[in-house]
Amino acid sequence: MSTLHDRAKRLTSAAAYAGSIACAVVIVGVLLLVLADLVRRGAGGLSWAFFAADAQGEPAGMRHAIEGTLILVALASAVGVPTGVLAGVYLSEYSKERWLATPVRFTADVLAGVPSIVVGILGYELLVVPLTGYSAWAGAAGLAFIMIPIVARTTEEMLRLVPHSYREASIALGGTKSQTILRVVLPGASGSIVTGIILALARIAGETAPLLFTILGASMITRDPSKPFPALTHQIYVWANSPDPSRRDMAFAGMLVLIAVVFAISLGIRLTVARAQRRR
Amino acid sequence: MTAIQANQLDRALVAAPASSMAASRAPLAAVSAQRFNAWYGPNHALVDVSLDIPVRHVTALIGPSGCGKSTFLRWINRMNDLVDTARAEGVLRLNGCDLLHRRVDLVDLRRRVGMVFQKPNPFPKSIYDNVAYGPRLHGSPGRAELDETVEACLRKAGLWDEVKDRLRDSALSLSGGQQQRLCIARTLAVNPEVVLMDEPTSALDPRATTRIEELIRTLREQYTIIIVTHNMHQAMRVSDRTAFFYHGRLIEQGPTDRVFNHPDHPETRDYVAGRFG
Repeated sequence: MSTLHDRAKRLTSAAAYAGSIACAVVIVGVLLLVLADLVRRGAGGLSWAFFAADAQGEPAGMRHAIEGTLILVALASAVGVPTGVLAGVYLSEYSKERWLATPVRFTADVLAGVPSIVVGILGYELLVVPLTGYSAWAGAAGLAFIMIPIVARTTEEMLRLVPHSYREASIALGGTKSQTILRVVLPGASGSIVTGIILALARIAGETAPLLFTILGASMITRDPSKPFPALTHQIYVWANSPDPSRRDMAFAGMLVLIAVVFAISLGIRLTVARAQRRR
Repeated sequence: MTAIQANQLDRALVAAPASSMAASRAPLAAVSAQRFNAWYGPNHALVDVSLDIPVRHVTALIGPSGCGKSTFLRWINRMNDLVDTARAEGVLRLNGCDLLHRRVDLVDLRRRVGMVFQKPNPFPKSIYDNVAYGPRLHGSPGRAELDETVEACLRKAGLWDEVKDRLRDSALSLSGGQQQRLCIARTLAVNPEVVLMDEPTSALDPRATTRIEELIRTLREQYTIIIVTHNMHQAMRVSDRTAFFYHGRLIEQGPTDRVFNHPDHPETRDYVAGRFG
């Protein structure tokens, strides 16, 4: 074996190492760039009024939109999380009936890839026009529609990672299938399922397109889900297109707050899960 | 023969008890198989097995890999129901009850027939919660009652002194041998009549193996134990009776001493002498 050959190998290895580091840095770099730009252009718009007043206030604020997003996400999760998790349990644990499981899995994959503007139009055609009018109900339904396939597929994948030997042990002790799922399989995967739910929450909190045609937006605080409803992303969209520079600054502040809200949601849930697991 | 036909045969046998040699020699059978056949799909895994397993004895099932001994074990608590292609015919009884009957209550069966697996498989829960798992499945025992059960079972499994100060720690923090003894304690907690052990020491080091073997010797006073093992020395050390399986057939069975020292069949002689397997 020649030394030249060895050097070539070492060089290839070093190049691959350097390449992967560079790519990792690019990812973090892009995130930092976006954050820095948002802080630079959005921090100025943050004030007490921003969190205390609505769009009609003097000075205007985004309280209505922040509340609107939280309510929309809560409504969508109330339907989307249980439906998604239970569908995932079915796909992972009960899918011996292939005639049902295979189409369900395929549909979930297709749904997860449907462009969100299509969800918005669907919500408009199927809910807003015939049933609800512009409302939080229609918006939350669209968000839940996006959430369910994501939660279902991650739940399925995470449950599949739970070792078969746990299930065997529970069944050999006389556990029924449902007892085994509730007491061993789901707890064994709870951490990663919650991570999947957080990702889905972050995704729908940042969606604009499904809301454009369903909630219409509102410029003041409202808690009636059957009326036109505000949302952070929607308000950002409206204000970012405004000719008024102070409104555009508010839009940037709104983006900063949106990222902070998503971060707070995930941090909060993670801490709760960590504490629950330590207690167990 | 379907399960229903098997049941009819079962009743016929109750009317006129079969007089197999083992049945006349051994005391009261806990588990009894008569012309028992099992398949995985087209693969005929067990052929006409007739075997009586006596109460409160240790019975070792030995034989080379793929000979059907684990299949036999997994029919006794119907774990084979989890395998889509598995089916069986003939008679298999637990204290006289037909185990192959369509309406056997599997929850009750598995409470009466516990199982310890090849690889220690404690739940990712605390030591306490592992032992308490079975009792909690089958009822809602009070705190004091549960504490008592957990302690008693850990003592029976010879683990109490090692873990009594850290019952709340994760079971996964234990060593492999301790985990396997925890799995035995977990099985005992539902108060089974029969304990099935599927190569319980094959993943353990020699010291941990010795502790499990000592444990098996003490447990035989209260439980009927059926152990599948690849280790012939282990079969000799722990078992009262031995059954030798080969290519899905029961070749020979009897007191361990006789099977190992004076086997009737040439295959048994070759296997226990270590010439194949």
